[in-house]
Amino acid sequence: MQLSYATIAGLVQAAQQEGVPLSHLVLADQAQQMERSPQELWEQMDQSLAVMEDSARQGMRPDIRSTSGLTGGDAAKMEHYALQGKPLSGGLFARALARALAVSEYNASMGRIVAAPTAGSCGILPAAVLTMLQDRDISREACVYSLFTAAAVGMVIAQNACIAGAQGGCQAECGSASAMAAAALVELAGGTPDMCAQAVAIALKNILGLVCDPVAGLVEIPCIKRNASGVAGAFTAADMALAGIKSAIPADEVILAMKRVGDAMPAALRETAEGGLAATPTGRRLHRQVFGEQPLEQRD
Amino acid sequence: MNVFDIVGPVMIGPSSSHTAGAARIGRVAYKLLGEPAVEAHILLHGSFAKTYRGHGTDKALVAGILGMKPDDVRLRQSFQIAQQEGLRFQFTPGYIDEAHPNTARIQLTGVSGNQISVQGASVGGGNILITQVNGMPVELTGQYTTLIVLHRDAPGTIAAVTEYVSRLGANICNFRLAREQKGGTAVMTIELDGGMDPSVNREIRKLPNIIGSTLLEPV
Repeated sequence: MQLSYATIAGLVQAAQQEGVPLSHLVLADQAQQMERSPQELWEQMDQSLAVMEDSARQGMRPDIRSTSGLTGGDAAKMEHYALQGKPLSGGLFARALARALAVSEYNASMGRIVAAPTAGSCGILPAAVLTMLQDRDISREACVYSLFTAAAVGMVIAQNACIAGAQGGCQAECGSASAMAAAALVELAGGTPDMCAQAVAIALKNILGLVCDPVAGLVEIPCIKRNASGVAGAFTAADMALAGIKSAIPADEVILAMKRVGDAMPAALRETAEGGLAATPTGRRLHRQVFGEQPLEQRD
Repeated sequence: MNVFDIVGPVMIGPSSSHTAGAARIGRVAYKLLGEPAVEAHILLHGSFAKTYRGHGTDKALVAGILGMKPDDVRLRQSFQIAQQEGLRFQFTPGYIDEAHPNTARIQLTGVSGNQISVQGASVGGGNILITQVNGMPVELTGQYTTLIVLHRDAPGTIAAVTEYVSRLGANICNFRLAREQKGGTAVMTIELDGGMDPSVNREIRKLPNIIGSTLLEPV
């Protein structure tokens, strides 16, 4: 039987019926739909996890700089602080933030990353999963599986709303990534499929309305730090869901709300670099610093 | 859509449209040239023209012209590699009428003197649309095995080509025809499910009214 990615509720129900984690159901279904063996798909996802590990490691270098020269080196600072200092939010949480910054900074420096779901939001899912792998000693196998759960959540969002900042603002990119990461975290922590859905709803609700306003149109400011806050939101949502807290608004309705909020956003706040932080005096100055005096034409 | 469209693709950052898509446009040009390029003139339009340096669009295009895929770690050093391999290149920010904001027009000269001109747009998420080959309008995404057949606009030509393709057991998923004028030169762009042997070109060229046939593998 073919699995439907039309709703989160449908996925949860199917997993409950089979009595398996979401990821197992998704892997079996995708192998069937793509006419490839489950083993083959699992290995491809395992390789994606390896790319994520490599990007998190490479991005921690203190000397890393983006092509524009505007960003780099913050992940190293965060990691140092996490190891040396007494981070207010705890060591595990601080290391997750460092990993999100690292992958994002590596992306901005033309490093090799896994878009998840986009390049602009590529730090959130790896930061969540690698933190469980490296700091909570969750098995590599479970971590690979959790990426299938995350992907299924992303497929539902892409089908019912969107995952591009140009279409729905940052809520569509970092919001989707945060929701995907929240579901992966819940599964890795031993939560039920329904708890995964609650975490998706909570994570997406908490980032609802966030605009896409990149300085100079580049995937750097504020994208890199929003990846850190995206993984923070994922952990927050996952912990609430694991505590048994339910979202008053179901995940599927939150996704549709995100779509409507995105549709209502003016173009200036959808990746065109004409509004928000991009339009601040400092944002404009940084733009001139990179590209000279010419105005940025509208992007899509 | 499948799981690897969401967790994936693996790519060189920072932007799927400005980096991954650009590399794929370059790679289509390389594939269509059919040999290593020694000279590349690249006209950039819209957002590509404004932000190509900050996004590494220039490095990605050159990497593609050198034959690299969007996840090739050497992409960052493509300018040095071009120098080592004897590829001269030049970027011109400009304007192309009615083009998508992320458009590049690439003119290549190959080692044995072959020339090709390819215009394509990066349309989001690393996806591309090639809109012109040698000035002729086409419509190809690089996602499928694609036959590009240049021919004289004469009755029965399309039927002969598609019939030949169907005899090979291939299924056509997209077909587009463009022509200069009635009875003039025309071009068919045929996207196919599954793969196809390059020897197909030789057979298609034997059909009446065919000027040339090129097979492009998925890029």
